[in-house]
Amino acid sequence: MPVAPGPCPMDPGQMEATLRRLATDLVDRVKPDEEIVLLGIRSRGLPLAERLATFLRANTGAPIPVGTLDITLYRDDLTEMVGSPIVRPTEIPFTLKDRTVVLVDDVLYTGRTVRAALDALLDHGRPRRVMLLVMADRSGRELPIQADLAGLRVEVPPGHRVSVRIKEIDGEDGITVEAC
Amino acid sequence: MTAERYVFPHKHLLGIQPLSPRDITALLDQALAFEEVCERPAIKIVPALRKKLVVNLFFENSTRTRNSFEIAEKRLSAEIINFDADTSSLNKGETLIDTAMNLQAMHPDLIVMRHSAPGAHTLLSRHMQASIVNAGDGAHEHPTQALLDAYTLRKRFGRLEGLNVAIVGDIRNSRVVRSNLWLLTRMGAKVTLVGPPTLVPQDFKATWPSIDICHDFDAVIPSQDAIMMLRAQFERGTGAYIPGQGEYSRFFQLNPARMRQAKPDVAVLHPGPINRGLEITSDVADGPNSLILDQVTNGVPVRMAVLYLLSNPHGEQVP
Repeated sequence: MPVAPGPCPMDPGQMEATLRRLATDLVDRVKPDEEIVLLGIRSRGLPLAERLATFLRANTGAPIPVGTLDITLYRDDLTEMVGSPIVRPTEIPFTLKDRTVVLVDDVLYTGRTVRAALDALLDHGRPRRVMLLVMADRSGRELPIQADLAGLRVEVPPGHRVSVRIKEIDGEDGITVEAC
Repeated sequence: MTAERYVFPHKHLLGIQPLSPRDITALLDQALAFEEVCERPAIKIVPALRKKLVVNLFFENSTRTRNSFEIAEKRLSAEIINFDADTSSLNKGETLIDTAMNLQAMHPDLIVMRHSAPGAHTLLSRHMQASIVNAGDGAHEHPTQALLDAYTLRKRFGRLEGLNVAIVGDIRNSRVVRSNLWLLTRMGAKVTLVGPPTLVPQDFKATWPSIDICHDFDAVIPSQDAIMMLRAQFERGTGAYIPGQGEYSRFFQLNPARMRQAKPDVAVLHPGPINRGLEITSDVADGPNSLILDQVTNGVPVRMAVLYLLSNPHGEQVP
């Protein structure tokens, strides 16, 4: 769905409803014998994963493990960067073996972050399968990567920024599209 | 997010002295992420230094420090060359600068060096494009040891500020103590140096005004959160400054009797290798308050943090 640049393709109420819907859609997409774990990609993927886990628990009655990945050390441009970015710990205090891992991130754009996240998580174990859930799926892919579940799918021209704002980090929920 | 990102501003790690509290905190925080890598059940390697060449240049024997650096380098996926000073052209009269220029011609990204001459690293850094990591220079500095000590203390107490830390023994001949003094005083810890008058230079107070110097170990013990015992380096001349080993042990050995005077949760540290029965007894070194093996374990993620933060040079670096 093409979206004109504007301040507010999604407001806080719509964000909450979308997360609720994504949790329901996720349950529909997995088989009853699959054990789901959520891995939020730092930094905005983590609070999204935690909120999804709350909705999933309400849906299924079972607690869903939530971990977090810092993908910095796996970036394909790390050795070309000017100064090393500070890396925060990856926290996966459970096994990934034979689990269904749901990677959670705010925006899917080039696909390079997800590529790095796949490498990072496979160093922690061999899951049964990996799914990708994002809040905003925008155009501009540079790798053959796609989201299984997306809160919003938008076509935006290059030179535009799609930002997902999370109340835990940014003070308020919302999605914005701006020229940059 | 990118605009305000902190960048480690140094090209080399020549010592703790040039580092700000922000730099020290960044190194310790970065080590936390690498501790997670070292404790993974599966693959304990990350591709952070892929395609980077690290030269370990050790002009003095140091199995433990060198092994720790080498493990750190391997866990970062670096390419490693071990330059053995004994078999090198140094024996044929090559100078340090000649050696450095020859290494430079092979385009290393990082050089980890131990050398007996204080300041050898600073000299080298003026002739090399590579980043230099000081792995010990004479009695001057041993920055990664101080960083791993600080990391171990911060992990144990959750902070460095306000901690009472006694450093005990051969202060005069120790490079560990100088790096620790820069680091601990800069981070707000209260340091007391303890040892016989001949082994505790009084002029240290001129350089680090906030420290105390005390020659009575027993008087200092009850107030300390951490006691860092130093190796009595008889092979390096400690013996010339004291009457004898028995006398030294009587006044400055950390043993069960002295531990009974300490806080119940006092942390016991030692940079190793320990002289069992000389500066510390086995039951204390192996006891519940000892963090000596934690120090060894923590050395790897701390050195990974140093190598990683130096590995991506940027525009306006300070030495």
